[in-house]
Amino acid sequence: MFNLNKNKLITLLKVQYSNMLEYRVEIALWAISGIIPFFMLNIWTNNNLNESINLSNVMLSRYFLSAFFVRQFSVVWVVFTFEEDALLGKISPYLIQPLNPFFRYFAQHIAEQITRLPFAMIIALIFFILNPESTWIPSLGIFLLSCVSTFFSFLIQFLIQSIIACMCFWTEKASSIERLLFIPTLFLSGLLAPVVSFPEYIKSWIYITPFPYLIDFPANLLSGNNTNVMSGFAMQLLWIAALFPIFTKIWSLGTKKYTAMGS
Amino acid sequence: MNIKKYLKIYSIFSYTSLASELEYKTNVIIDFVTAILSLVGSIFLLTIFFQNTDNIGGWRFEQALIIQGIYTILNGITNTWFNPNLTEIVKHIREGTLDFVLLKPIDSQFFISLKKIAPSGFLEIILGFALLFYCIGINQININIEFLLLSLSTLLCSIVILYSLWFLISTTTIWFVKTWNATEVLRSFLYIGRFPLNSFSFSLRIFFSIFVPIAFITTIPSEVFLGTAQIWEILLELIVSGIFFIVSRRFWLFALKYYTSASS
Repeated sequence: MFNLNKNKLITLLKVQYSNMLEYRVEIALWAISGIIPFFMLNIWTNNNLNESINLSNVMLSRYFLSAFFVRQFSVVWVVFTFEEDALLGKISPYLIQPLNPFFRYFAQHIAEQITRLPFAMIIALIFFILNPESTWIPSLGIFLLSCVSTFFSFLIQFLIQSIIACMCFWTEKASSIERLLFIPTLFLSGLLAPVVSFPEYIKSWIYITPFPYLIDFPANLLSGNNTNVMSGFAMQLLWIAALFPIFTKIWSLGTKKYTAMGS
Repeated sequence: MNIKKYLKIYSIFSYTSLASELEYKTNVIIDFVTAILSLVGSIFLLTIFFQNTDNIGGWRFEQALIIQGIYTILNGITNTWFNPNLTEIVKHIREGTLDFVLLKPIDSQFFISLKKIAPSGFLEIILGFALLFYCIGINQININIEFLLLSLSTLLCSIVILYSLWFLISTTTIWFVKTWNATEVLRSFLYIGRFPLNSFSFSLRIFFSIFVPIAFITTIPSEVFLGTAQIWEILLELIVSGIFFIVSRRFWLFALKYYTSASS
């Protein structure tokens, strides 16, 4: 089912990148809409809430800046595109092609992230100008590791959303399930508050769920806060390994179920 | 303006759009669950903030819940009316179907702002009011006519401001065609409305009272609810909402002059 080679991959990426460049203003606006972590940082430091979790203002601002970055490069919207394509019957021509349509969506996301990079850099630069004391340069090793963990976070979310997207084969509208799942992602991933600040009764089970590995773990890694690197990566890989077979299964079931528009 | 005619048209609008929304029943139920979880999540976040402190920006936990309640009501209204309608404007302009709206013998702003209704926000509105009633209990607020009148009118003002903001941004579509994401930026700014304005630093407070009037949307109505609002704040709220509404109306009429329809 996955016959992908280097040429196809490069062509897909090229096409999607030029497509995304067309919409660069849109993508800039998307980048701006991700600045919630900075507002949260403002609440935390302005009320000295971070004293209780033993994080200095500087470390916390690095954490939230990293959270902003991780979020920028792990945003997934495949379910919305897929839903539209499924409703309008655009899936049919994709299915005939000798390439799983999800590679197309995957390439779209990667291309969008490349387009987004300069805007995210500008926002970070403004942040550093406003908060010069929180400037830091992570070591190359840490930087690469956090890139990998951000990519894993993206993969986990991409797989989860693709599984939800495949439900379109049965229910036509699957984006409401995604909106439902977005709520725990928002509150438990560490985007609004670092996971260390969570009460004990949440911390006792949250590390088994995928949520802290979406933002909290990569952001801690990048910002140099305390985190368990080995178990973080292990859990990310475990979730990817667990979600991937579910996706292939639901995809093969769904395509059998699929009836093209007007048939 | 024939009010009777508009009321009748509005009831037809609601009937048809409710009927089409209820086609997807599971969707509506899932949206209800989402609304409940979203409220639980926000209260959870508040409890994290209040773990080791008894006030944020001078607001105690019970008082901050009022803001949460008002935010939930407004969010419900946004999801029921503003969001489904105003994202349609983008579609109308891109596909050129705004022509059909403009040709109809009713006000185009009325048509565009109220055509659709999504039942998914109803539960949020109910939850928000329930939370407010609970807050009346725990904050020992005396209910009298004056209190009800003031609270409801400031809440109405926030709804007007919120609507005007959405409508202003959606109107810019006439020039930029794809501003769907601009509403997403607005959405993320409005997120701040869940917290008291005083909990932010001075510069952000200025930003959120002048450029994006979040202060007027949730903080002042909450203060009125608590009985701590100054009379000038209430007057200012009235004036600001009036200005916003007039500006959004004028801006729409102005923008229509630049509408050139699709492919022409």
